[in-house]
Amino acid sequence: MGSTPEELYREREKRVLDAIALKKPDRIPITPHFSFFPAKYSGFTPEEVMYDPEKLWKAQWKTLTEFEPDMDNSPFGLRFLGPLLETLDFRQLKWPGHGLSPDVSYQFVEGEYMKADEYDAFLSDPTDFMVRVYWPRIFGSLKGFEKLPPLRDIITYSIGTAFGFGVFGSPEVTAALDALKKAGEKSLQISQYSRLFAEKAREAGFPMQYGGYSQAPFDTLGDYFRGTKGAMLDMYRRPEKIIQACEKLLPIMFEVAVNASKVSGNPRIFMPIHKGIDGFMSEEQFKKFFWPTLQALIVALINEGLIPCVLWEGNCTSRLDFIKDIPEGKAIYAFEATDIFKAKEVLGHKICIRGNMPLSLLVTGSPDDIRGYCKKLIDIVGKDGGYIMDSAAGFDDAKPENVRTMFDYTREYGVY
Amino acid sequence: MNETLINLMADLQEEETLSLVNTLIQEGANPLDILSDARSAMEIVGKRFETAEYFIPDLMMAGEILKGISDIVKPLLQSSDTSAKKGKVLIGTVAGDIHDIGKDIVTFMLDVSGYDVLDIGIDVPIQVFVDKIKEFQPSVVGLSGFLTLAFDSMKKTVEALEKAGLRDNLKIMIGGGQMDDEVRKYVRADAYGKDAVAAVNLCKQWIG
Repeated sequence: MGSTPEELYREREKRVLDAIALKKPDRIPITPHFSFFPAKYSGFTPEEVMYDPEKLWKAQWKTLTEFEPDMDNSPFGLRFLGPLLETLDFRQLKWPGHGLSPDVSYQFVEGEYMKADEYDAFLSDPTDFMVRVYWPRIFGSLKGFEKLPPLRDIITYSIGTAFGFGVFGSPEVTAALDALKKAGEKSLQISQYSRLFAEKAREAGFPMQYGGYSQAPFDTLGDYFRGTKGAMLDMYRRPEKIIQACEKLLPIMFEVAVNASKVSGNPRIFMPIHKGIDGFMSEEQFKKFFWPTLQALIVALINEGLIPCVLWEGNCTSRLDFIKDIPEGKAIYAFEATDIFKAKEVLGHKICIRGNMPLSLLVTGSPDDIRGYCKKLIDIVGKDGGYIMDSAAGFDDAKPENVRTMFDYTREYGVY
Repeated sequence: MNETLINLMADLQEEETLSLVNTLIQEGANPLDILSDARSAMEIVGKRFETAEYFIPDLMMAGEILKGISDIVKPLLQSSDTSAKKGKVLIGTVAGDIHDIGKDIVTFMLDVSGYDVLDIGIDVPIQVFVDKIKEFQPSVVGLSGFLTLAFDSMKKTVEALEKAGLRDNLKIMIGGGQMDDEVRKYVRADAYGKDAVAAVNLCKQWIG
C-alpha cells in the first residue's frame, strides 16, 4: 500500500478503474453516495449544509477522512444549493428551510412543467421553449421571461432589432435579468467551492467519482418536463411525440455530460435511472420508449471516452437481459433493489456491478446484519472482480456504526 | 353487463371506451350499469397488474378512463345511487415526506375496490394522524413514505397511536420506495405491501 497521498490517489483510482475493466483489483473498492449523511454525522442539519458552505466542507471532509472511501464526491453541486435556489425561487424542489423542516433532505415537487399540448413547441426549438415557457415555470424569479419574443426573430437592424429589444426595458424582464445576475454570483460560488474541494481531496489522496451528470432522455422528459403521470399517460395518448422528444433530448443529454467532463477533467458520468424500472412500465414500453435513446446515449458517451456510471434505481431485475447490450468493461451499473446476484450472472462478464447494501439495513439494522450482507455481496457478486461495494442508494439516515462496519468489513474481507 | 364495454376498458382503449359510453347513454342505458361494468373492468385491470401483465402506467391509464366515464355518468345519478362501502381505510404520507404518486395509486385502487378511503395528504404531522383516525375511525391505516427519513416518522406515528389507545383496533400497513419487511418490523406495523394491489389484498384479508 502506498504511503504518500499521490500514491494513495493512484492506488484508489486504479482499484476502481480495474473493477470497471472487469479485472481483479487488490481488493474490492468501496465508493459511497454519502448524500446528507455527512451533515448528520458531523452534528449539522441538512438545512445548515445547504446554506453554509463552510459547514458543508467541514462535514464532508470529516466523513471523507474518517471513512476513507476509494472515491468521494465534491458535495457542493448537490448540497450547497440553498442561496442559489432561493434567489431563483426554484419550484421543483422543497428543501430544508424552504418548505421542509431543517432535518430532512430536499425532495422533488412533481408537476407538469411542460403541458401535453406543448410537445410541438419543445420539438421545434427546445431552447426557445425552455427559456420562455419552462424556465418561468420552474424559476419563479424568471417569470418575466414569459414576456420575451422568440430571440431568433432578432436578425438585423431592419428585422427584429428596432422593436425587438423593447421588452428588455419592461419591469418584468428587468427583474428577471436582475435575478439572473444574482444567480450568476451564487452559481460561481458553488463552482469555486466544488473545484477547490476536488483539488484538496486530490492533495489528500482521494479521487472524485463523477465529473458530470446526465440521464436517460425519457427520464429528463418524465422527471422535469411532463411529470411522472404525464409521461406515463403520454405513452398511450401521444406515443409518437414522446419518442420524438426523447430523440430531441438525446444530443442534449450527451452534450451536458461531455461539457461537464471537459470542465472537471473527470470522465465518469453519473446517470440515475428513474422511470424505466420494473413496474414503472411494461417490457414492451421499455423497449419502445426508454431503452433505445438510453442505450444510444451510453454508447455515445463510451465512444467519447467517458465512463457512464448508471444507477438503476428501484428494481430492474426484468431489464437485465436488455441492458447488458453495451460495450464491455466501459461502464458501471449500480443497483438499488435489483436482484444483484442475478445481475452478476447476467452481466458479470460484461459490466462492472456496484451496490447494493439495503438502506433499511443501514438505517435500522445492526453491524452483524451489515457484515452478513457484505459477505454475501463479496462472495457472490465480488467473485473474480468487476465489483464495487456501495449502498443501494444515498444514505442520509444510516447509523454511523453500520456505515463504519460496511467500510471496515469490505477492506478486511474484500481482499482478493 | 356489457362485455364490449368491459373489455374495451380493461384493454385501456380510452377513446373507444368513452365513445361507447356516450352512445350507450344516448340509447338510454342505466348509468348505474355502466359504472358497474367499469368496476368489473377495473377488477380485470387489477388482476392483470397482479400477474405482471399490467404495470403502474396501466393503472394510471385505467384511472383516467374511469374518470372520463364518471364525468359522463355522474351528472345523471341520484344522490341515493352511491353503493355501500366495504370498510374504512385512512391513508397518508408521513411527516417530512412529500411524495404522493404511490399513495395516490393506492388510494385510487382501494376506492375502486369498494373501500371508503380518506386520503389525508402528504407530510402529515403525527398529531394529525391521531386526530383524523379518532374522527374517521378506520379499520385500516396506510402509512406511505418514499425516503429513509420516513422510517422514524412511521415509527413515531405508530407509537403515538399506541399512546392514544387507538392501536389495538387498527391494522397498519406501510408502503413506498425504501420500505420493506425490515422497516415493517422497525416501525411495528402489521404489514408491508409492495404495491397498490398488495394494499387492496391486505384490506380484503383484514376487512373483507
